[in-house]
Amino acid sequence: MLDAAHYARLGLGTAFEKVMEGTRLSPEEGLALFNCPDITAVGALAHHARTRLHGDRTYYVLNRHVNYTNICVNGCLFCAFQRERGQAGSFALTPDDILHRVLDDRGTPFSEVHIVGGCHPDLNLAWFEDVIRRIRAARPQSIVKAFTGVEIAHFAAMEGISTLDVLRRLRDAGLAMMPGGGAEIFAPEVRTRICPRKATSDEWLRVAGEAHSLGIRTNCSMLYGHIETFEHRVDHLCRLREQQDRSGGFTCFIPLPFLTENSLLKLPPERVGEHVGLDRLRTVAVSRLMLDNIPHVKAYWVMMGVKMAQTALYFGADDMDGTIVEERIGHDAGADSAQSLTVPELELMIRRAGFTPVRRDSHFNPVADPDAILHDTGHGPECAAGHAATPEVRA
Amino acid sequence: MSAAASTATNRPIMPGGSSLGESADVRAVAAKVLEGARLTRADADLLYAEAGLHTLGHLAHAVRLRKHPQPVVTYVADRNINYSNICVCACRFCAFFRAPGHPEGYVLTREELGKKIEETLALGGTQILLQGGHHPDLPLSFYEGMIGWIRDTYPAIHIHAFSPPEIVFFAELEKITVAEVIARLRAAGLHSIPGGGAEILVDEVRTQVSPNKCSAGRWLGVMEEAHNQGLRTTATMMFGHEEEPRHRLDHLFAVREVQDRTGGFTAFIPWTFQPAHTNIHRDPEPAPAYLRLLALSRLVLDNVDNVQASWVTMGPQVAQLALYFGANDFGSLMIEENVVAAAGVSFSLSRREIHNCIRAAGFTPVQRTMNYTPVSPQPVVDGEI
Repeated sequence: MLDAAHYARLGLGTAFEKVMEGTRLSPEEGLALFNCPDITAVGALAHHARTRLHGDRTYYVLNRHVNYTNICVNGCLFCAFQRERGQAGSFALTPDDILHRVLDDRGTPFSEVHIVGGCHPDLNLAWFEDVIRRIRAARPQSIVKAFTGVEIAHFAAMEGISTLDVLRRLRDAGLAMMPGGGAEIFAPEVRTRICPRKATSDEWLRVAGEAHSLGIRTNCSMLYGHIETFEHRVDHLCRLREQQDRSGGFTCFIPLPFLTENSLLKLPPERVGEHVGLDRLRTVAVSRLMLDNIPHVKAYWVMMGVKMAQTALYFGADDMDGTIVEERIGHDAGADSAQSLTVPELELMIRRAGFTPVRRDSHFNPVADPDAILHDTGHGPECAAGHAATPEVRA
Repeated sequence: MSAAASTATNRPIMPGGSSLGESADVRAVAAKVLEGARLTRADADLLYAEAGLHTLGHLAHAVRLRKHPQPVVTYVADRNINYSNICVCACRFCAFFRAPGHPEGYVLTREELGKKIEETLALGGTQILLQGGHHPDLPLSFYEGMIGWIRDTYPAIHIHAFSPPEIVFFAELEKITVAEVIARLRAAGLHSIPGGGAEILVDEVRTQVSPNKCSAGRWLGVMEEAHNQGLRTTATMMFGHEEEPRHRLDHLFAVREVQDRTGGFTAFIPWTFQPAHTNIHRDPEPAPAYLRLLALSRLVLDNVDNVQASWVTMGPQVAQLALYFGANDFGSLMIEENVVAAAGVSFSLSRREIHNCIRAAGFTPVQRTMNYTPVSPQPVVDGEI
């Protein structure tokens, strides 16, 4: 049976005891979990922790992704989305383009606008403040969740001001939450090889802490399955856990499997192919177990595919993300999932996997009346044609 | 996805709770499993309804390791050849068949058959899985001729052909017994019989989804007769269409009962119904439901040596996990597959990818024949991890 004796035989005796007691796992125990071949034993521990936190609930949100540009000065090796300015396939949305997307719900209403993009060399902070204000005016009931710590650091460098000041100005414009991207792998020896120009680990964590201090909750993530080791993953999870102890504002952790298609990062053959299923489930599980102070772990169906995301709900994940509507970053990297899911599809997917679907808001509060359809497209004056205050940016 | 899929009666049994706090009842059945005792129907019902997903996987893997202590996962290199898609059955779950007279209907010529077999041999394949629709105009002598020609032309290839519904159909067409059909096909060169067409071996389900196909009793009777004539066969289950969860267990126990008498089933292969382009509108079974049933198969079928993972329907990543839920075999390299592909699912894997899936799960891949003998020499694969 999956009992104390079995875990002791696997060398996971103390991990089992701690999970049962709800106390913190050590980095060594995290590593032992990554190295344990018995995937059901690891999964059962993570599922136990998940069940204690969330019962059989699985969350989803009505959201709409907007990727405003793929032009990026960082040029991270792993990224299939990035283009140089002027390069074929590069794009940059205008504020009007963004507003159009935000107003068009394609039949699926949403309550969260999720905005991330490349670190564009020309778009200044005022441009983003203006975009957020216009979105808030156009969709007053929708939460704007935007900009990774990497983008915030980029805005600060461009403006010559502190990241804290950037965050204050964006918050004042209406930024309510930040997504968790850009964390990649914190260990410097990996970071310098896969994204040397991107914000450092310390910067990323500092921006997260600053956001939390301003009342902006954020997600966090880990990009895994490239050149990092299990030790690097454990180190990454421990750094997030320590930051959360200090600032407490991380809401959801997103393990992002590295997708190899169209990437410049050339991997050893053992990291390329379809044989990554167990590694993905194990990573979700160890994340759930190590991040005892972060409430939610996401099964991101865009990157994992629906079948694996449903399975991940038994390996520590409790959130299915949402409707998404239009996603470019993962799909440029070869994700073969759909572009969007409808509410009935999401609910059926969760229910058939054995869980109770709970529609949530951006802060993971259950939506009181999920049957009340959100018609948050009050056409405010800001969306009238001819809004010319911001420069048009086109690739 | 369809609204019909969420109707209460068809909800899969799926306890979502932790596996670390099982009830005393579940623990008592688990203890029986670990002692090697046979599960009763009540035991199986209890596990299916109440045990956590990880408990089922843990128990199924323990039984698998008892039967196959070596950390080996086998697979076969074969090709599904469908000699014809013309079929009078019109099963509601089938997206492959064409009615007689339909412009897309076909019967393979010997030239086409020969080309497919030669390609199979060139890719290191050892067998063909030869099945087709219930063609109303082809006499048994046609099939005897086809098998005999393959045996004489390609003596190295193993002929795994004609599921029980086809054999029953031949018998009815010729007005002879199933035993005579099997004997004649065997004399022509048939080596073994695939376990297809089992769907769910419960007549109240079969009359709904495949009313023109043979009954559960006749399906099992064909297999028992084949075993008695010395042919080995497999058994399958296609689930997640219009059956109730209890029907799946009825199916497992029906197979176990025949196997107690004959020992002729080499393997059990459960897989999930794929709905695209069929007349059953249902959301396909999700991976956790597949894994539960796979594990139950291993636990109930204590007299069947091998259980196959189905990467064709679940994808390679879930199939890797299936190797910890009772499966000891990765199925087939599947050089060609038409039936599942017609229902909208088209995963494909190279031999290298199959080896890597098995290795990354902690096992050694071994290519086998139909009766689970390792081929010799084993294939050398470039770029293996």
